[in-house]
Amino acid sequence: MQLIKDLGQFIAWLPDIFSKPENWGMYYKETVRQMYDIGIGSMSIVMLISGFIGAVTAIQFSYQLSGGFIPDYYIGYIVRDIMIIEMAATLTCIVLAGKVGSTMAAEIGGMRQKEHIDAMEIMGVNTSSYLVLPKLIASVIVIPLLVTIALIVGISGGYIAATYVAGLTPVEFEKGLRFLFDPYNVVMMYVKAITFSLIITSVACFQGYFVSGGSIELGQASTRAVVFGSINILIADLIIALLLMG
Amino acid sequence: MIKAENIVKSFGKQEVLKDISFTFDDGKTNLIIGKSGAGKTVFLKILVGLLQPTSGAVWFDDIDVCCISKEQHRELRMKIGMLFQGNALFDSLTVEENIRFPMDMFTTRTPKEKRTQVDYCLERVSLEGINDKYPSEISGGMQKRVGIARAIVLNPKYLFCDEPNSGLDPKTAITIDDLISGITKDNGITTIINTHDMNSVMEIGDNICLLSDGKLAWQGRKEEVLDNDNEVLIDFIFASPFLQRLRSQALSQ
Repeated sequence: MQLIKDLGQFIAWLPDIFSKPENWGMYYKETVRQMYDIGIGSMSIVMLISGFIGAVTAIQFSYQLSGGFIPDYYIGYIVRDIMIIEMAATLTCIVLAGKVGSTMAAEIGGMRQKEHIDAMEIMGVNTSSYLVLPKLIASVIVIPLLVTIALIVGISGGYIAATYVAGLTPVEFEKGLRFLFDPYNVVMMYVKAITFSLIITSVACFQGYFVSGGSIELGQASTRAVVFGSINILIADLIIALLLMG
Repeated sequence: MIKAENIVKSFGKQEVLKDISFTFDDGKTNLIIGKSGAGKTVFLKILVGLLQPTSGAVWFDDIDVCCISKEQHRELRMKIGMLFQGNALFDSLTVEENIRFPMDMFTTRTPKEKRTQVDYCLERVSLEGINDKYPSEISGGMQKRVGIARAIVLNPKYLFCDEPNSGLDPKTAITIDDLISGITKDNGITTIINTHDMNSVMEIGDNICLLSDGKLAWQGRKEEVLDNDNEVLIDFIFASPFLQRLRSQALSQ
């Protein structure tokens, strides 16, 4: 019941978010600030996780395929496709749902509790739009870039692990990277990245904007932003896989 | 002129405001007074449009604010300045950026014009030279005054203040009262203050409404407060034991 109520409230909220900004310059400044916070602030964690995932994938598949029936260069092929099709977009966005989503929910929720949102409303500012739209635009621009970085670092991690640990030559790994490459998978990765970035931002902003009560409720809203964001990403991942690969 | 007509507000089954009608005088300092929990803040939030009444109407001149579009509401709000109980200054912005925010959002003034207006507002609240400080670097009284400066930066027609003296020592509270009263007179604006500070009532209350348990218990002017036999008003004025003793001594003499 609460889910239906929240969904209705969210849909009713959308026209306010996408209404015409009062001042494009202020929105631009806020968008740039958000791009910096989301992009630079999350780059190190995204690189760390994707690098390790790429390395672990290479090592584990090298172990699985060690029988000699499958050529070694397949490890490069597997690392590439796993990173492009699933890990770069989905794993990065689940991490971002935790890092960026909780920050956004806490930021907007804190503004609600300190009456900053009321103060802006009294000034005549459309707070739904001013507080949410720049975050949406920033995340749609920056998160696909982070996913691209995750892809590059993940494949690099796989390359290092495959050549230094699993005993492949660089030539074999590069052959695997070029083997049966389908650009359609890259398109699917960006479809996922854009969809997930919209999910992360809208869920987090919704939880923060409509928070009521005190610090405990703010903490709960922040947790809900992460949990609901992650669950919605997984559901969307399945739907995109069914639609684009099914 | 701001007029509240038969305002009722309920939260679930709890009726917080019960059929309140009151007219706020133009160009005067209007006070909403009452004990904590009397419904003052809810009434003030309904007047500025942050809450919708369950029934009743709020008129700003000839506009019923309950029946206008969001766009019209935003236009009306640009004529309103508000000082919040907790100041509501943006922590990550400096004093100057806080005061400049409404100008940045709604005007096309040049940076020099904005700077001049910020300096004028800071001078008006006697806080020259703190432009680059953050709210956390100044005292509570100074934060209140910055809040007032931000509220008047676009020369509003109406100024709303929610508990402007809360958390301040008596001397600073008097300074804030004088400041608000002075701005009201000098700028010819209509001010509505929500307070339970008796000093404010006696010093700056041109037009007063007393709320008790969500009802309008009394209305009048500051000159009529002491010479009155309204039990709710007397109970409110002489709430402290010290004042009760003074009153009984005066009555016995």
